[in-house]
Amino acid sequence: MIETAFTPWASLAGGVLIGVASTLLMLFAGRVMGATGVLAGAFQPASGQEFAWRAVLLAGMVTGPAVVWLISGEMPAIEVPVSTTALVIGGLIVGVGVTFGSGCTSGHGVCGMARLSPRSIVATVTFMAVTFVTVFIVRHLIGG
Amino acid sequence: MKLIAIYLIGVIFGVGISISGMANPAKVINFFDIAGIWDPSLIFVMGGALVTTFIGYKLVFGRAAPVFEDSFNVPTSRTIDARLIGGSAIFGIGWGISGFCPGGALPALGTGRWEVFAFTAALVVGIFLAKFAQSLAAPRAQAQT
Repeated sequence: MIETAFTPWASLAGGVLIGVASTLLMLFAGRVMGATGVLAGAFQPASGQEFAWRAVLLAGMVTGPAVVWLISGEMPAIEVPVSTTALVIGGLIVGVGVTFGSGCTSGHGVCGMARLSPRSIVATVTFMAVTFVTVFIVRHLIGG
Repeated sequence: MKLIAIYLIGVIFGVGISISGMANPAKVINFFDIAGIWDPSLIFVMGGALVTTFIGYKLVFGRAAPVFEDSFNVPTSRTIDARLIGGSAIFGIGWGISGFCPGGALPALGTGRWEVFAFTAALVVGIFLAKFAQSLAAPRAQAQT
């Protein structure tokens, strides 16, 4: 386990920027800011145009940490409290889940919830609840 | 123009994710660890993003169309089925095990950390395994949609 500091202001500012980006993507491109759809669509695009905007959006996202580094002098902290096996198995499970569930935290949790989509509300409540239970089991019952 | 705007939107998203803590698995898992070393920061990420997007969408949907497109392209399905709930539950298991979600991991690739690449590679494999499984059941699924 790695303890982390409570960062309400940085987290709120980050959340607002995520909201600004989601709003601007809808304003300019008429699309939902869903990481799952952007990633899956970039690998399996319906057309060249469908590929281009997703690839460019991904390139912008990946630039984010460097911009933070330029401004603050520090790369964003990435502390991994789990094993490589857990990362890889978790990644596989997330990939399967977001494909069947048609979205993740950004698509359902932010954009879908903001549109008051019933599907997204159900999806978000479900994955948040299951993640709480999973972390409880892994940390306190199995004792990882 | 359109692609430049979308690139900058990606940068804003990437900066937001980076400073929010969503790209940091320790912070994500601690948020879900109420019984242990709880870090409530992510409430502020979700709250800030949700309120901003809610207000932003209200303003944007006042327009007839997006700036660079003829129409808005938003999901219209309202079907709440086992696939949605089961898929979301599976996602929750993976998120709890790894501490990464897709929106957190994609910008975090820019830190160059190998752990993020390991997660993201597995994520892509998982997406295609699921798409393959869906394609096996395609005739039935297509009839439904």
